[in-house]
Amino acid sequence: MFKNVLTTVLIWLTALIVSGVFVWLLSDIVIHGLPRLSWAFLAEAPKNAGRSGGIGPIIISTLSILLVAMVTATPLSLATAVLLSEFTENDSVIGRLVRRSLDVLAGVPSIVFGLFGNAFFCIYLGLGFSILSGGLTLACMVLPILIRTAEEGLQATPDDYRLAAAALGMSRSATLVHLLLPSAAPALIAGLMLGVGRAVAETAALIFTSGYVDRMPDSLLDSGRALSVHIYDLSMNVAGGDTNAYSSALMLILLLLIINSIAMSLAKQWLHRDIVLYE
Amino acid sequence: MKKLVMFVTLILLIGAVWFFLRTKPDDTKVEKLVLTGSSTVAPLAAEIGKRFETLHSNVRVDVQTGGSSRGVSDARAGLADIGMASRSLKEDEKDLLSFTIALDGISVILNKANPVEALNKQQIVDIYTGRITNWKDVGGNDAAITVVNKAEGRSTLELFLHYFGLKNTDIKPQVVIGDNQQGIKTVMGNPNAIAYVSVGTAEYESSQGAAIKLLPLESIAASVENLRNRSFPLSRPLNLVTRGEPAGLAKDFIEFARLPQVNDLVEAQYFVPVPR
Amino acid sequence: MSLSLADKQLAALLWGCALLAAALVLLVLLFLFKESWPVLQHIALIRFFNDTSWHPVDGLYKLTPMLSATFYSTLGAVMLAAPLGIASALFSRYYAPSFLAGCYRRLIELLAGIPSVVYGFWGLTTLAPLIGRLHPPGVSLLTGILVLTLMILPTIALTADAALAAVPAAYLRGAASLGLSRWGLISGVTLPAARPGVTAGIMLAAGRAIGETMAVLMVAGNVVQQPHSLYDSVRTLTANIALEMAYATGDHRAALFVSGLALMCVVLLLVGMAELMSQERRHV
Repeated sequence: MFKNVLTTVLIWLTALIVSGVFVWLLSDIVIHGLPRLSWAFLAEAPKNAGRSGGIGPIIISTLSILLVAMVTATPLSLATAVLLSEFTENDSVIGRLVRRSLDVLAGVPSIVFGLFGNAFFCIYLGLGFSILSGGLTLACMVLPILIRTAEEGLQATPDDYRLAAAALGMSRSATLVHLLLPSAAPALIAGLMLGVGRAVAETAALIFTSGYVDRMPDSLLDSGRALSVHIYDLSMNVAGGDTNAYSSALMLILLLLIINSIAMSLAKQWLHRDIVLYE
Repeated sequence: MKKLVMFVTLILLIGAVWFFLRTKPDDTKVEKLVLTGSSTVAPLAAEIGKRFETLHSNVRVDVQTGGSSRGVSDARAGLADIGMASRSLKEDEKDLLSFTIALDGISVILNKANPVEALNKQQIVDIYTGRITNWKDVGGNDAAITVVNKAEGRSTLELFLHYFGLKNTDIKPQVVIGDNQQGIKTVMGNPNAIAYVSVGTAEYESSQGAAIKLLPLESIAASVENLRNRSFPLSRPLNLVTRGEPAGLAKDFIEFARLPQVNDLVEAQYFVPVPR
Repeated sequence: MSLSLADKQLAALLWGCALLAAALVLLVLLFLFKESWPVLQHIALIRFFNDTSWHPVDGLYKLTPMLSATFYSTLGAVMLAAPLGIASALFSRYYAPSFLAGCYRRLIELLAGIPSVVYGFWGLTTLAPLIGRLHPPGVSLLTGILVLTLMILPTIALTADAALAAVPAAYLRGAASLGLSRWGLISGVTLPAARPGVTAGIMLAAGRAIGETMAVLMVAGNVVQQPHSLYDSVRTLTANIALEMAYATGDHRAALFVSGLALMCVVLLLVGMAELMSQERRHV
């Protein structure tokens, strides 16, 4: 009985400490960052090496990098996930091989992706420091996350669907498009948002691939500074950059919150949607 | 609701496509000038670049940071149109040309709470090589010294070592930092730390109320003023570096960067404009 | 079951994509190897362990202190974050009233999304001075471990929470009808049942801790040395790359790619270990 009380106390204490530390961290950022945050701050270009001015071009660069990463990684990961869950046996040699190499890829530190991206996309493919290089590097990074969540979502769809579709004489492609993908949609969206979250927060892989230029990008081949790189540069390299670093950090957290809540609401909508056969 | 989501997605996609495919009438004539190198020079070069762009609408100036050696090697290899270096060219780099756009110095900084007001050259050497490890040996409190050094490849490190006649392998640091600001933050948070950073950065931070102070070197106060009158001993030029005589856009940019009309930009970054 | 033509075409396309995805690892390894080749060519591998120090500009390439720094910081962070994370999951699942549990879970989810630069920034400006008052220099292995703990705690808490949620309700009802106390129920029934999920979460978190770069770079001090105490400053392999990469040329740059290769080896080791563990579980 004593043990029961002790653990109850300990667990409440843990929760208290954990939330205490995190509230401390968050309030620190909000208190320092909120005063500078305004629409003008979001729209303006950085001035005087980022000490004054806003973060407009940096938000655009961040979103462009994200767009490139997701547009590249989504189809590739969806195809791989479908193959792994629908077209191969769980224990087949090649399926295991693909899975194992994806496990390794998932464990590769982001800075190593940065090295790879710099050597492969920037130099070998000649893309230079650009939004394209950064986005492609991030695509490699989020690929294993997207594949894993998509695969889990597909495997969670009831086998009844597949059997019923086969009994109706539907081709497997049609089953996939009309039944399996729609019913796995919440998981797919959730995975996508997880990947977006990882990509938005990334700094190390982008420093060597998308570069430092804080101008409004004109094309995907322009260098563009991501928000997290901007925070790093302001806090480590620019005297008097702290206030704007706090505001940018707050903005980054808000951006992530918005992305997450969109994901949640989308997933909910899809859950309520009935599966209908078109055609 | 579903329609709304589809609509918003569609708008976003169209917007994105438009953003990247829009062609300006003079798109083909856009010229790009790439500068790489020293992270000390980069913010200044970027600001000069922005003003340069407002005067030449078809020019884009891209500034990427790295170290001075990187700037020199990129300029030599042709990876960059102009390299940036926060030091003079070395003997084996004389195949390149350098153009000074501003002056900077390196100052030793301490926490404001540290009672030590000055250190001579030998004391600094002894502290950095680990022969003096307590502040009481140089007239301070009885507290262990936290030695802050710079990471390999930084020209600030090279200049510091050169001035004090040290080798990096001899230095016994407790903290290694990357950029100036990390050093200032480290000293602000630790009353017993000693570090060396750019004079301009340090003076700006201490004027903004940061808890640091700049130590005089050979009895000459570390200040932008003394950099300007060339009396401060540990100063360095901020250079633009090119392979061969600059031509075309690079030439225009370098000339522009040395005009008096960018002096306000130089001073805004807490450097000293080169007297002309 | 025979496949229609459309299905065959689809399958071919899928195979193409999957092989591309799988080949990515090889491509990464290939390029790391290619870029580190210049230095591997004329420097014996043993020198990365036997040199006196890491001063690549002077031709000294010792990597071992950074390997152990990576090891210690990861180990410390996991040892702290695992009990805290599991306790957090237990709290929101079994101890807190439902309103509080919901709030707590949202808080943890929010924290899982906070970028590492923000943690590093906060650690440098707030945490390091506090620890410095305790024992200089403040930026140290301990600070690194604490910041890493904060970063991986949400990962462990969320995966453990999901694993606990997946424990069949019948187990709980059965245990409750036997009159077990709350802790008896948790330690005897739910935790063992949720163990595979919890372990997988911890492995995931360990991977994140090894790979974390910016936060550690900002708070761990970056001196290349074998740490003798928690208050010594250390440099991890990842921080080493981020700190020097932009400034490196020639052999120095190649040596940093060797650091990258070393990191890959650590990751391969970890994945292999996880594989072994899951196989053992399957045999039990």
